[in-house]
Amino acid sequence: MNSVKERLVNGIVKENPTFVLMLGMCPTLAVTTSAVNGLGMGLTTMVVLALSNVFISMLRNIIPDKVRIPAFIVIIASFVTMVELLLQGFIPFLYDALGIYIPLIVVNCIILGRAEAYAYKNPVIPSLFDGIGMGLGFSVALTCIGAVRELLGAGTLFGIGVMPESFVPVSIFIMAPGAFFVLAVLTAIQNKVKIIGERKGKDMSKIQSGCGNDCLKCSDTGCAKRLIDEKAETAEPSREKAEKPKKVRKEIEIEEIMDEETETTGEEENENA
Amino acid sequence: MLKELLVILIASSLVNNVVLSQFLGLCPFLGVSKKTSTATGMGVAVIFVITLASAVAGAIYQFILVPFNITYLQTIVFILVIAALVQFVEMFLKKFIPGLYQSLGVYLPLITTNCAVLGVALTNVQKNYGILTGIVNGFATAVGFTISIVILAGIREKMAHNDIPEAFQGMPIVLVTAGLMAIAFCGFSGLL
Repeated sequence: MNSVKERLVNGIVKENPTFVLMLGMCPTLAVTTSAVNGLGMGLTTMVVLALSNVFISMLRNIIPDKVRIPAFIVIIASFVTMVELLLQGFIPFLYDALGIYIPLIVVNCIILGRAEAYAYKNPVIPSLFDGIGMGLGFSVALTCIGAVRELLGAGTLFGIGVMPESFVPVSIFIMAPGAFFVLAVLTAIQNKVKIIGERKGKDMSKIQSGCGNDCLKCSDTGCAKRLIDEKAETAEPSREKAEKPKKVRKEIEIEEIMDEETETTGEEENENA
Repeated sequence: MLKELLVILIASSLVNNVVLSQFLGLCPFLGVSKKTSTATGMGVAVIFVITLASAVAGAIYQFILVPFNITYLQTIVFILVIAALVQFVEMFLKKFIPGLYQSLGVYLPLITTNCAVLGVALTNVQKNYGILTGIVNGFATAVGFTISIVILAGIREKMAHNDIPEAFQGMPIVLVTAGLMAIAFCGFSGLL
């Protein structure tokens, strides 16, 4: 029972996928035009996450290590398809509002990340609650962002008018640019918390900027990790490939930091030209 | 027909810009946009892969999924096809066109996880585009991606030495820039 509670708290607060880990930013920005849409997307993701976690955890002794990423993707894609059909049948307004972002749950970093980091190594029950916790964390975050955007952009909350008559909606907040601005403020707050925490000497390494910060550097959390693993498993010429993302990272860092050292960077310059 | 294609070309590259109005492919857009040279390389690689992927996905949809009446499997099929395709393209380029591999190779693995690729394949199906229209749409979408990532990289290069408030350093200021670019791109909606 303890571990269940711990998992839920972990997902909602300690490792909140949006506010702390900054994963899955595409749907976060795209569907949070209103609180209802945000909540719908969050819950849809939660269902997929919980189901795929359970299933992967059940199969964790059967799936061979080398093909686990493709296996995860097939499992996740199957659940996404099921959820998509269910939404289409039973909650059509949400299906229309979320549109193409439902099938795109497949490529959401959070789901594959949890499969890899938790479900593949742990028994079924904790995996289920890990999925539910993470999903709830995602839902809470999306609902909050959606509520802020809806409040500023349309003056309503869950479709109910809450602002006084004199309030003129800043409609840019429910349009695309507003999403960027809201996320910018959010990451700025996150930065500030991190800076203050570090000054006090706390360990803030858990707060990450996800892929947003630098795609090439997130090898230990999200996308790049997934791609290193995918590379590592493809039979024999894999070894040199598996190292590639790291190499890329190094090259670009070198390019940026020591531009004057043309001897080492000359090669990459050519590559990029 | 030609007019229709031209409309799609403009609509997908400028008006409904894939990053700035649909939020697809955000990871590379924010992550690989520190230098214009890297951004251009990424953009070209994305154009290459998305055009190819929309052709392959379109063909598979028209000739396999529709005749067998299994269109509900599209998400699963597309994601696997795209992942395999990127791997295959990488191997093919390495073996037969090493010159191109030299310039695009490092970006290819980053594209496997780019949701814009899957997004374009699904949009093509959703909008009932044929194979040719789908390819044009894919190409236009990728061009839109390239335009925006190169512009963002240019702005970031200019911004590098600015005095930015502590909390806004790094990602937040990039997001503010992207937001301003999105406002600018809203202006294109009058084009059609």
